[in-house]
Amino acid sequence: MDGLLAFWNMIWPGLGKGILVTLRVSAVALALGVATGLPAAVMRVYAPRWLRRLSIAYIEAFRGTPLLVQLFVIYYGLPDVGFLLERWGLPGQWLVLDNIVAAYLALGLNSGAYQAEYFRGAIQAIGAGQMMAARAIGMTRLQAIVHIVLPQALRLALPAWTNEVAYMVKYSSVVFIIAVPDLLARGQFIISKYYNPMEILLTVGAVYLAMVLVIATLMGRLERRLRIPGMELEVERT
Amino acid sequence: MSQAIVRVEDLHKTYGETDVLKGVSLEVDEGEVLVIIGPSGTGKSTLLRCINLLAYPDRGHVWVDGEEITAPHADVNHIRERLGMVFQDFNLFNHLTAMGNVMVGLTQVKRMPRQEARELALFELERVGLQDKADLYPAQLSGGQKQRVAIARALGMDPRVMLFDEPTSALDPELIGEVLEVMKKLAREGMTMVVVTHEMGFAREVSNRMIFMEHGVIVEEGPPDQLFYHPQHPRTGEFLGKITELYGHRKREEE
Repeated sequence: MDGLLAFWNMIWPGLGKGILVTLRVSAVALALGVATGLPAAVMRVYAPRWLRRLSIAYIEAFRGTPLLVQLFVIYYGLPDVGFLLERWGLPGQWLVLDNIVAAYLALGLNSGAYQAEYFRGAIQAIGAGQMMAARAIGMTRLQAIVHIVLPQALRLALPAWTNEVAYMVKYSSVVFIIAVPDLLARGQFIISKYYNPMEILLTVGAVYLAMVLVIATLMGRLERRLRIPGMELEVERT
Repeated sequence: MSQAIVRVEDLHKTYGETDVLKGVSLEVDEGEVLVIIGPSGTGKSTLLRCINLLAYPDRGHVWVDGEEITAPHADVNHIRERLGMVFQDFNLFNHLTAMGNVMVGLTQVKRMPRQEARELALFELERVGLQDKADLYPAQLSGGQKQRVAIARALGMDPRVMLFDEPTSALDPELIGEVLEVMKKLAREGMTMVVVTHEMGFAREVSNRMIFMEHGVIVEEGPPDQLFYHPQHPRTGEFLGKITELYGHRKREEE
C-alpha cells in the first residue's frame, strides 16, 4: 500500500500537468480544425472551381504528408522563411513560433484536412432538394447552407467527429518531439528519472483510455440530445 | 404590360444532349389556375423550375410581376419570394418542426421578428389544417401532411403565384385527397396557380386553362372543356384518353 502511494506521489504531479497540456492542445487543435475544415468542406462542395481547387489542395497536402513532417516544417522551417523575409527587409520575426503554438497549428491544420472530408461527406448526404427548397423561398446560397444544410450535416458528421476527437487526444502526443510537456512527454520524463518504464507507460496508457472514454460518453450524450425526433425510427435499433 | 403575373417568352433549355424545352411561351393572369399536363420527361417540371430560376434557361425570358427575373442583374432571391414552389417530394427541412419550416423563411429571408413569424406560421398551418401538428418534425408526419406543411411554408412568404410540381405524385392514393382539397381551397381564395399534375379530376374542376406539353413544346392550350372534350390536336386526345384510363374513373358522369 505504501509502495503504491509512493508511486502515485512520484508520478502524479507530473502526469496531472501533462493531462492539462494534452487536453488543451487537443481542444485548441480541434477547434482550429473545425475553423479550417468546415469552410474547406463547404468550399469543396459549393464554391466556384478555383476555390474548390484551393480547398482540395489544402486537404490533400495535409492528409498526404506525415504529421511529423508538418510539425517540423512549422516549428523549424517557418523561422528560416522568416529569416529570409528579414533579409528582404520584411517583418519575419512572427514566423518564429513557440513550441506550443507550433503544436496547435500543425495538429489543427492536419485535423482540419480530415474534418473537411467528414463534413463534406455529411453535406453531400443532405439531398439536393433541401438546397432547392431553401432557394425557392428566397434564401441566398449562404443562408441555405447556414440555416438548412449545415444543421443537418453537422448532426450526421457527429459520429465521425467523435472519432477525430479520440484520435486527437492520443496522437497529439507527437508534440513531445518539439518538447511540449504533454501527458506522454511527462511520462517519458518520469521514466528517465526513475527508470520503471512498464508501470509508467501502463499508467499513461490507462489515463489516455480514461480520457477517451469520458469524451466518447459525452459525445454520445450530445448526439442523442441533438437527434431529430422521428428520425430514430429510420435507424431502428438492432 | 397586361395583367399577366408571369410571362414566359421563348424558353429553351438543354440538359446535355437532350433539348428539354424548345421554345415555350406562356402567360399567367392574376387569379388564374393554369394546369400543365403531358407525358413525363417533356419538360413540365423544367418549365416550372425555369420560372423561378431553380434551373437556368439557356435562352428566353421570364417576367414575374413585370420584373424580368432572367435579366443579368435581377435580384433573383427577392423575386423568388413572390413565387411559392411546392415539390413532388416535399423537401421539408428535416431538422425543423412544421412550425419551424414555415418560420425559417420569415425570420431569415423576410427578417420578421420571431413572435410575429410564429403567429403568421401558425396562421398558415391553420390554413392547411395542421395547426395541431405545429410541433412535429417532418419524420413524424404522413406524406399528405408533409405536403400540406410544404404548401404552408410557400404561402408564408406571401407569394403572388404558387407553382406546384406534381404535388401528389409521391403520395399514397388515400393521401392525395387532403392535398388536393387544400389546393382547391387556395384556388377559391383567388390564388394564382400553375400546377403540373396528372390529377385530371382536379384539372377539370379547378383550372381555368390547360396546357398540354410534349417533347418540349406546347402542343395545345385552352380551357379544360376544349382539351377534354374537343381536343384540337390528336396527341392531346390520345394522352388524355390514356391518362383518364390510368388514373381512375373521374369521367364525365361525375359532373
